[in-house]
Order: sequence, then C-alpha cells, then structure tokens
Amino acid sequence: MKTFWRNFARNRGAVVGLVILVLVLIVALTAPWIFPGSPWDMAGAPFAPPGEDGMLLGTDSLGRDVAAGIAHGARVSLLVGAVSTVVSLVIGIGLGAIAGYLGGWVDDVVMRFTEFFQTIPSFVLAILLVAIFTPTIQSIVFAIAVVSWPPVARVVRAEFLSLRSREFVQASEVLGKSRISIVLGDILPNALSPIVVLSSLMVASAILLESALSFLGLGDPNMMSWGFLIGSGRSVIRMAWWMSVFPGIAIFLTVLSLNLVGEGLSDALNPRLPRNRGGKP
Amino acid sequence: MTTLSRRGLMAAAATLPVLWRVEDAIAQGVQPKRGGTLTTIVNPEPPVLHIGVNNQAPTLIVGGKMFQGLLRYDAQLKPLPELAKSWEVSADGLEYTFHLQENVKFHDGKPMTSEDVVFSIMKFHMEVSPRARGVFARIKEGVAVNPTTAKFVLSEPFEPFLLMFDVTVSAIVPKHLFEGQDFRQAPAVARPVGTGPFKFAEWQRGNFIKLERFDEYWKPGQPYLDAIIYRVVPDSQSRRLALESGQVILTQSNDIEPFDVPQMRARPNLEVKTTGWEYMGPLMWVEFNHRVKPLDDVRVRRALTMAVNRDFIAQRLWFGIGKPATGPFNSSTRFYDASAKAPGFDVNAAKALLDEAGLKPNAQGVRFTIKHMSLPYGEVFTRLGEFLRQAFRQVGVDLQLESVDVGTWSQRTANWDFDTTINYLYQYGDPTLGVERSYVSTNIKKILFSNVSGYANPQVDELFAKGRDAADPKVRQEAFSAVQKILVSDVPLLWLMEMSFPTIYDKKLNNVITTGAGVHASFDDVFLA
Repeated sequence: MKTFWRNFARNRGAVVGLVILVLVLIVALTAPWIFPGSPWDMAGAPFAPPGEDGMLLGTDSLGRDVAAGIAHGARVSLLVGAVSTVVSLVIGIGLGAIAGYLGGWVDDVVMRFTEFFQTIPSFVLAILLVAIFTPTIQSIVFAIAVVSWPPVARVVRAEFLSLRSREFVQASEVLGKSRISIVLGDILPNALSPIVVLSSLMVASAILLESALSFLGLGDPNMMSWGFLIGSGRSVIRMAWWMSVFPGIAIFLTVLSLNLVGEGLSDALNPRLPRNRGGKP
Repeated sequence: MTTLSRRGLMAAAATLPVLWRVEDAIAQGVQPKRGGTLTTIVNPEPPVLHIGVNNQAPTLIVGGKMFQGLLRYDAQLKPLPELAKSWEVSADGLEYTFHLQENVKFHDGKPMTSEDVVFSIMKFHMEVSPRARGVFARIKEGVAVNPTTAKFVLSEPFEPFLLMFDVTVSAIVPKHLFEGQDFRQAPAVARPVGTGPFKFAEWQRGNFIKLERFDEYWKPGQPYLDAIIYRVVPDSQSRRLALESGQVILTQSNDIEPFDVPQMRARPNLEVKTTGWEYMGPLMWVEFNHRVKPLDDVRVRRALTMAVNRDFIAQRLWFGIGKPATGPFNSSTRFYDASAKAPGFDVNAAKALLDEAGLKPNAQGVRFTIKHMSLPYGEVFTRLGEFLRQAFRQVGVDLQLESVDVGTWSQRTANWDFDTTINYLYQYGDPTLGVERSYVSTNIKKILFSNVSGYANPQVDELFAKGRDAADPKVRQEAFSAVQKILVSDVPLLWLMEMSFPTIYDKKLNNVITTGAGVHASFDDVFLA
C-alpha cells in the first residue's frame, strides 16, 4: 500500500486531481449544511450577477442561487457517475469474464453482442433510451450504464484470456477448484488494475453524459444537476453568463480530476513502468 | 367589452381606415412609398400555403398576404371592411347581407364575385375547416343576389357570426379553380390564387417562399411593397442573428424566444410590439384534472390559485410579453367582465384554505403530492413547471415534474391521463367561439382542446347555452358576466396569462400591426420608409 501511494504521488497531476476530487466530494457531502433548503428555492432577485444580493455566484432566471445549485448538483452528478459506473462494471465484468474464461463459441456470441452495442453511437443510444423510458434518475443511470459497459467487457475479456492459461490458474484447476471460485478468487483479483483505471475514467464520462442529457432537457426534472444548470442558462448566456459558466467550470474540474486520478492509478498499478530510476531495481 | 352593432354598420366608414392610416402616416412625416422588398421569416415551414386546407399559424401568416376575407377586425374586434365594403344584419338577426368591393380580381385575372363568396363559405370552408364548419353549419341558405351582393340566412340567430369573416377563418377562394374537384388536391392548393395584394411567386422548400406584388390589386396604388420573402430558419438563435444583422427586417409569432426579447427592445433600430393578437386572444392556464383527488375540492383549487404569483410569470418568465390573467376570459375577448377576478396571490390564505380542506402538512411539510406534466413547447414552459413547483411547495403541495415529448403530451392530455399540465387556447374573440369549449360538460371528451379537466356545472352549461343562442348582446353580456362570476369562484382551471407573441421589426417598416390579427393581415398598406 505504501509503495502504491509512493508511485501514485510520483505523478504530480494525479495528486492535484485527487485534491480537487476530494474537495468536490466534500462540497457534495456538506451541501445540505452549506446551502440549507432546496436548490430550487427562489432565494433572490432573478438574474442577480455574482456577488450581488448576497449570492456568491449569482442567481438564475427564477432567482435561484447558482452556488446552491452547483453544490447540490454535485451530489446528483457524482451519484449518477458512481452508480452508473458500478452498474456498467457489473455488466461489463460479468460478460467479459464469461467470454474470456470460457472462450470458444461462448466468447464469439458474447463478443458479437458487445460489438452490437459498440457500433451504435453511444450518446444517440442514451438519448433514445431516456426518451423511451421518460427522464427519471433511474432511467438515466440505466441508459448510461447500457452504453458504457462494452469497453469494460473487452478489457476484462482480454485480461482473462491471458490470465487463464497461466500456471497459477492451471494449478487451481488441478486442485479441483470450481470455475466460479477460480474466476472470482484467482483471475479477477489479478485483472483488477486495468479495471480500476478504466472505472475512474468511466465516472468522468458518465458525469459528462448525464450533463449532456440534462443539457438537452432529458434530465430528471426533479433533480438539480450540473448539466441542467448549463442547459437552463444556455438560452440567456448573453444576459447572464454566470448561469452557464460556473457549472461548466465545476464539470470541467471534476472530469479533469477524475482523468488525472485515472492516469495516476494507471501509473501506480502498472508494474512495467520503470521506477526508482538510478536506484535499486 | 365590445358589441357589434346589429344593423346598418355602413358605408360611410368603408374607405376610411385606409385613408386614415395614410393620413396618419403623413401627419407623422412619413409618406407611403412604393417599392422595396420585405424579407422576413416563417417558422416552422408550412406544409401547404393554402388557407383553409391548412390552418396552422405559418400558413395563416403567409396565406394572409395572398388571400382576403370579407372583413377585418380592429384591436377591439370591431369589424372593418375588406372584400365587403359594407354589410347589413336583419332585425331578427337571421339575414346577413354583404356588399362587395368593385373590381376585385383574383391573381389569375378573373373577377371576384358573390358566387365566389358563397362558394367559399358554403362549400370550401365547410368541407376543409372543422372550426368554420361548426359555425357555418348554422347557415340555412347562401345566395348570390347579384355579382356584388351575397346574402346568408341563418337557421337561428348567432350573434358572433360577424366575427367569422377574417382571412384566417374564411378566406375567399376562386370558385372556378375548385368547383368539382377534391379541394385538398386541386392544383390551386399548390399554387394559391387569391385576391390579396401579393401573389404566389416561388417556393424553394426548406429555403424561402417568395410573394410578388399583384399589379391589379383592387386598392389603387397599393400594395406599396414589390415583394415579400419568407425565409425558412429553423433555429431560434439563427433567427435572432438574422434579425440583428438586418438580413430580415420583421419577425413574428414564435420566431424570437421570449428571453431574447429584452435585447431586441434595447436595439435602437428595432420596434417590439406585443399587440396584434387580440383577434386570437390566447389564454394560458394550469389544467387541473378534476378526477384526481384532492383537485376535485374547490378549496384546494382556490388555494393553488392563490399560491401562484401571476405577475412573476408574465414579467420574469415571459419578459412582459403577455399579461397576468384575471379569469377565464382574455381581456380582449368580447363580454370580458373585469369585475370577475380569480383569487389573487396570497400564500397565507392559501395555507389556511388547505388546512380547512383537512389537508394537514406531514413532518416534511407536505400536504399532498401531485404530478405536473410540463408542456413540451420549449424551455420557457420547463421553467414555468419549475416555478409552479416552488410556488406550490410554499403552501405545502409537492409537485412532481414529468417531462414528455409533444406526442405523449397530446395523447395523455386528450386521454385525461395527467394530474396537472399547462395548456393554452385561442378564444377567437368571442366566448361562444373559443371559451365555452373548455368548461361545458357536453364537451367532456377524450379529445385535445375539449373540456379535458372534467369540470361540470349545470349552471355554467346553461349560461353558456344562453349566451350562445341569445341574439341580443345585452342578454349575452348578462349570461357571460354571470358565468365568469361562477367560474372565478369554482376555479376549474388555474388561469395564468393572457399570452401574446412579439412582433419585432425594423423601424423603417411602417403599418405592420394595424388590426387585431396583426401579422396575419394582408400588408397592402405596409411600406418601407
């Protein structure tokens, strides 16, 4: 663990990313205390610029506090990002493991199925799914999960293909362990590092997807998210730039930090990267 | 209110409006000038240009330049001469006689006669337009007395009859090009031929519609413009840019979004008008489904009405384009009674009323939860849903928003599958023509724009029937005043706003809005200074 942190900290960007991410998490967790009440409340005069009327980041067209919207929106955006990533990991790891471990015709079937999803433009599919199931937080998470699992499945399958012929797996087979315990106990732990790296990037792309959906008016109308803030501010951007710019910065920083952390994880978990340059091997 | 005088509303004033406006312009130092092309926008692109065959706003606006009705209406809905230079109504209110202008020609050079008028009213619009059919079905007989006189005999008196002769309702079409053909498929539908000041020239689908000056137009010296070009611009921000850069010098209807209007107002070369919709008189409301508890309780509906600040909606959401509604009638609709007012904005009274209805707040401060289906007509309606949610929340009512697409909205509203939603309907100037349909129990149907809320009150039914059948405007006023009083106390719907739409034009353009139908008018008097 200690070496892991040392390797992670070697990447400066990753540390910066982690700091930002932690700050965003803190804001999300403490939002109900910093901004008590609903972010939908009309707290001040409409279109108050930042700093005026006691509003740190201004108000929107209905007099809602943009800062409160960003803080509460962080909860929704992060929640959607995390939950949809978990769901797509479950789908992706499940299918990837089956394909990679069993191989043969099962592999063929699963991979054709995966390709089927990969060939459909993911954003278009997500819009379609949300439009069909009417925009609610559940349908949005479902749509994002459905369009983001194929890369996971492919990565997991590749890892499994290479790991299943290793000696330690063969040893387990000889010992008579069941397939499920081999997959879960022997192969999966060794395939985890690329999955961890991938999942941090998936959270970022899920946040972007949710924002894009909300921007197009396909967000949950009862949930305040960053995409909703930008979408609702877009039409009056020449009159009230702060309505779109601050949530935009929030999305930018969060997605950037998740990417930086992902890169840091990738470095830290990759055993083939040269480390301890000039020192002991 | 306005009343149509019963008889002999006559000739003296016949040519006056045109002269008056020209005089007026001269008095202001603007001499009408021949020449120039008006470039404007049509959005969305109409499917056909023939009025009657299609009656959606874009068709009516473009078609209004090529066709004319017998009458026009000013902002008070007083009828003005158009193709009819004068008209008489018999004392029993059954016979309507129209004397037509002389020397009116269709764009193909054939003269327009009373035969065309009778054909248009009795055959053409009766077949193609459901709304016209509803009223013209009361005509027992239509006669072309002589080439310039047409007479219609009703089977029973119908006082708002004179409101039915605007170009947007019953344009006069050429009999010789339609008779004996399928009206919707006739060649004249693709190349409209009317009597209007502008004739059809070219239509490049997805690009523009061009209308040219009709040289044989019946008003001497008019029209002033050489041509009108309607450009098709589907994106609202591109429309705004086109107006700002001067590529177009007139926008109307929904062309410019309400939130863009304040900046347009600030531009010195542009004029922003919100008048010219009095003849349509749209009114917007929150539709309550009375089959959903507790919306069947009048105290709840009153409380919700009191929870909403209607000024905020008109000023902040629609940027002043539109006026807060006071009741079920648009104030431009005839027989509007200003003394009948829906409950005003009062949060405390609303809470007290909900307490009285036995709806106590729970630990979270919520008395009950209902759903709201947002009207999918653009962003401002989404904002309106969010505003209503907060307004209702203040009195302890939890409003859950649902976003749907246009098809779903139409289908669910028509099938009563909603708790609350937003709707707006044209009132067409008269309660019998455009208000009655939303409140009478005989119109509780699974059809869009019927009485989908399910409100039923025998007294209201009776009063609307009385107002419909009475020949005397005084009797009608009494009936409609009484009905307004009952409605504002029953609050079957939550009336929000008298809608309007911004007409924005370059100040060098004159006489854009001169009637109660605004940009639907023929534009024969519009000129570029």
